[in-house]
Amino acid sequence: MTSGKVIGVNGNLVTVSVNDTVSLNEVGYILVNDKRLKSEVIRISGSSVEMQVFEMTKGIGIGDDVEFTDELLAVELGPGLLAQVYDGLQNPLPQLAEKCGFFLERGVYLGALNQEKKWEFTPSVREGDTVRAGDPIGSVPEGIFEHKIMVPFSFSGTYTVQRIAGKGAYTIKDKVAEVVDEQGTAAELGLSFEWPVKRAVSCYEERLKPVNPMVTKVRIIDTFLPVARGGTYCIPGPFGAGKTVLQQVTSRNAEVDIVIIAACGERAGEVVETLKEFPELLDPKTGKTLMERTIIICNTSSMPVAAREASVYTAVTLAEYYRQMGLHVLLLADSTSRWAQAMREMSGRLEEIPGEEAFPAYLESVIAGFYERAGLVRLRDGSTGSVTIGGTVSPAGGNFEEPVTQATLKVVGAFHGLSRERSDARKYPAIHPLESWSKYSGSVDFPRTEYARELLFSGNEIGQMMKVVGEEGTSTDDYIQFLKSEFLDDVYLQQNSFDPVDSSVSVERQRHIFDILFDVIGGTFNFSTKDEARSYFNDLRQLFLDYNGCEWKSSEFSRLEEELKGKIKAKRTGTEPRAARVLGNLS
Amino acid sequence: MGKIYSKIESIAGNVIRVRAEGVKYGDLASVSSAHGISLAEVIRLSEDMVSLQVFNGGRGVSTGDEVRFLGHPMQVSFSDALQGRIFTGSGKPRDNGPELTENMVEIGGPSVNPAKRIIPRNMIRTGIPMIDVFNSLVESQKLPIFSVSGEPYNELLARIAMQAEVDLIILGGIGLKYDDYLFFKETLEEGGALSRAIMFVHTASDPIVEALLVPDISLAVAEGFALQGKKVLVLLTDMTNFADAMKEIAITMEQVPSNRGYPGDLYSQLASRYEKAVDFEGAGSITILGVTTMPGDDVTHPVPDNTGYITEGQYYLRNGRIEPFGSLSRLKQMVNGDTRSDHRALMDGMIKLYAAYKESMEKKSMGFMMSDWDEKLLKYGDIFEREMMDLSVNYSLEDALNKGWQILAECFTPQETGLRSSLLKEFWPVKEAVVE
Ligand SMILES: Nc1ncnc2c1ncn2[C@@H]1O[C@H](COP(=O)(O)OP(=O)(O)O)[C@@H](O)[C@H]1O
Ligand SMILES: [Mg+2]
Repeated sequence: MTSGKVIGVNGNLVTVSVNDTVSLNEVGYILVNDKRLKSEVIRISGSSVEMQVFEMTKGIGIGDDVEFTDELLAVELGPGLLAQVYDGLQNPLPQLAEKCGFFLERGVYLGALNQEKKWEFTPSVREGDTVRAGDPIGSVPEGIFEHKIMVPFSFSGTYTVQRIAGKGAYTIKDKVAEVVDEQGTAAELGLSFEWPVKRAVSCYEERLKPVNPMVTKVRIIDTFLPVARGGTYCIPGPFGAGKTVLQQVTSRNAEVDIVIIAACGERAGEVVETLKEFPELLDPKTGKTLMERTIIICNTSSMPVAAREASVYTAVTLAEYYRQMGLHVLLLADSTSRWAQAMREMSGRLEEIPGEEAFPAYLESVIAGFYERAGLVRLRDGSTGSVTIGGTVSPAGGNFEEPVTQATLKVVGAFHGLSRERSDARKYPAIHPLESWSKYSGSVDFPRTEYARELLFSGNEIGQMMKVVGEEGTSTDDYIQFLKSEFLDDVYLQQNSFDPVDSSVSVERQRHIFDILFDVIGGTFNFSTKDEARSYFNDLRQLFLDYNGCEWKSSEFSRLEEELKGKIKAKRTGTEPRAARVLGNLS
Repeated sequence: MGKIYSKIESIAGNVIRVRAEGVKYGDLASVSSAHGISLAEVIRLSEDMVSLQVFNGGRGVSTGDEVRFLGHPMQVSFSDALQGRIFTGSGKPRDNGPELTENMVEIGGPSVNPAKRIIPRNMIRTGIPMIDVFNSLVESQKLPIFSVSGEPYNELLARIAMQAEVDLIILGGIGLKYDDYLFFKETLEEGGALSRAIMFVHTASDPIVEALLVPDISLAVAEGFALQGKKVLVLLTDMTNFADAMKEIAITMEQVPSNRGYPGDLYSQLASRYEKAVDFEGAGSITILGVTTMPGDDVTHPVPDNTGYITEGQYYLRNGRIEPFGSLSRLKQMVNGDTRSDHRALMDGMIKLYAAYKESMEKKSMGFMMSDWDEKLLKYGDIFEREMMDLSVNYSLEDALNKGWQILAECFTPQETGLRSSLLKEFWPVKEAVVE
């Protein structure tokens, strides 16, 4: 095995002189006192190699020994990943805490998967069958899922099953099958295998266009700015605008099989909320706790920067792994800017030629490569699986004209831009309804949502105009149009993430209340004064907000609905011509 | 160890280079020059060339000065004897007390395992409605005051510190004006809190490199006491000076700046300090209140901007008031659900109306006719600013909530507030006004 000696230290970048071959992204360990510090080769020039150290580098000295492993930075894939809390390098944090206490001691690496636990294996192939990488050879139950045991993704060509274990209980360490390749070389298979994080898994038949919505139960998203299963979206926004809260509610309520949360370079406290609450919260769909469908990758801001860079790859690799079992996986990364900054820090130490705002020139292609790992795929058995990626972006100064936001906008399918103005006015979620966009189709029919969106545009224009000419210079018709758009904003676009009922609204309910909403925004009303109009809409809003707070289909819900409908009927004189056209086309 | 090197290869700014062997990254050295002895820290190793940043600065250091490596990184003495004492940024006594050398511990230690953290749960009451009602402060929170220079941020900091129920106050002064240093000292003395305070003070006239040590040394000490079960409040003022000191070193080291001269790792550097705020299960806690002055009142300046992304909110101090817009306590929802049933709704409702007031003000300033509604908002905004926002008011949370309802009732009908009917029924001061 190749070894080397430290010849330079600059922050978390260590230069090593090596005695033999090394490869890019190979893992090595720097030996400091009695500790082995995990590092990754990130540049090679002759016999001098630069490595990023995944730990604090204090105490490293010139001449310290370095051991190389001949392996790329990889994660372990197998049953038992769900409900785990890992750092960016797949170190299980709760187990680390048991071993080391309050603090993250450096150089301590624990196995990612439980070595002792027995899994009930059921084979699905017979001796003599041929298999390829990614094909299942059996399965074990993992919580609510049937976890497929697959031929390692790194196997190329076809293999013949030589031996397959019978139904029974096995640990990760046990071998359950033996396969031989076309040349007759045999290999033993266990329940788990490794895969290098920076390579996309591609053992599927074909990639499909994402079409079905990934329901978040956030009205403004599902109705107006939808995300598709297998699609990508980003949430840029200044600090405090609500990126994290939005991802937190999505991680709870999203209609997917598995959620992977990558807490990348942001506050530790925010992950703790998820960490402590998910084991207590029941998923209404499965009746099991949310934790059982969740994996948390947690490399928060004060944890080593190089491991932060790795963490998003660790997360997406786990997502791809479960996708290979025909499951729908949602990866939420908060924040991709911290990942980009980790790259920038390394690039600076490597003295690479800096691009805009000192980000490396390859920033765009790296971001594109990451989001490209999302997708809906058809597997060889005909089933489909998907990875949906949603990343927050934390632009410097809240200005979207910066490299990370711009590079991300080029590659994602939906843009949920948060606005400081809206969050200052406590209009949550602060997604800007006019500037944001989505290329996917949503849960409510497009013609009516488009009608509503146009109303927002015209309402906004009238609002701007009113700032110039005043209320007195605005016609009553325009003023009503303005009130309608405000109403739509107040009762539908805004949603209280901390209200037990309002925080998650099913698609069924969204469609139901959108009908009522459409009655209002598509109706004509007769008011003699603006004051009368305003006070009517105030009352209507009040009623609708109370209605939003009621349990779906409860008696209070029905009562308020009747009241609401009565109130609308009392003042509504007909249907707007444009709204009538929209409705006409629909029926 | 202890070998003396007497040939300094280069001196640039506060960074010197010597050829030496057996040196570890992050170790300390002492540099003896004609002006006295200064500590220095190893910040880069390249073959046998060692770069050190000199705490007292490079000025006056000569190429013939002696460098002796100490064989360990920066440490601070940790014991109860620290309480009531005042030190410099590098831990030397600033009062007349003895130098402390027992039980030396490393500063800038590893971060807390996220799995060991707990959800913050205790509100810190300050008597300031803009904090208690609208942006509650929570034990173990990290929160800066964003301010332009000239605002009374140190007064606010001291007032919160004196009113908060904590076991120990640690003041980390970074580039502190001498007057402000004396102000803190006097305030603590008068409040009888000096004996449960520790001060690490770097003043504006002290060598810049020492500024870099203040947060780490303060937080290492805080961590020690928190692990012993104490509730520690750490005050860091002013973190913009800390960032500027980092900028200076980065430029000397010829690092590529990312934004307005600040190094690309500004975010990570600030985060590794602020993230020391923690509530230890079964022991004490660290709460960090900082000051971040905003050059040019620009919240998008790299220092406040990066800070805002790290801390759990910020108090935005402007014109002697904590502004409701821009101010945020991200942990408020952990505590304001259990205070009183109207707390959250009143908090949101009053701010929404205040935002509407600002719009009416804008219209008014453009000379538009004010509608009845505008007039109501104008009245509301005026009372709100006077009776809630003014820093001189001092109410308990409950009194402040009651005051809030009174203000609303003085200005609006119940329906106009946008608050839920159930709350209006319970809390509206004039019950008859609430129509079913
Ligand atoms: N949907 C929401 N409903 C209510 N309050 C919210 C919502 N989103 C954000 N907030 C408020 O804004 C604060 C900051 O939100 P957060 O998601 O942490 O911002 P970011 O991640 O963009 O910095 C939260 O602590 C909360 O007080
Ligand atoms: Mg956030």
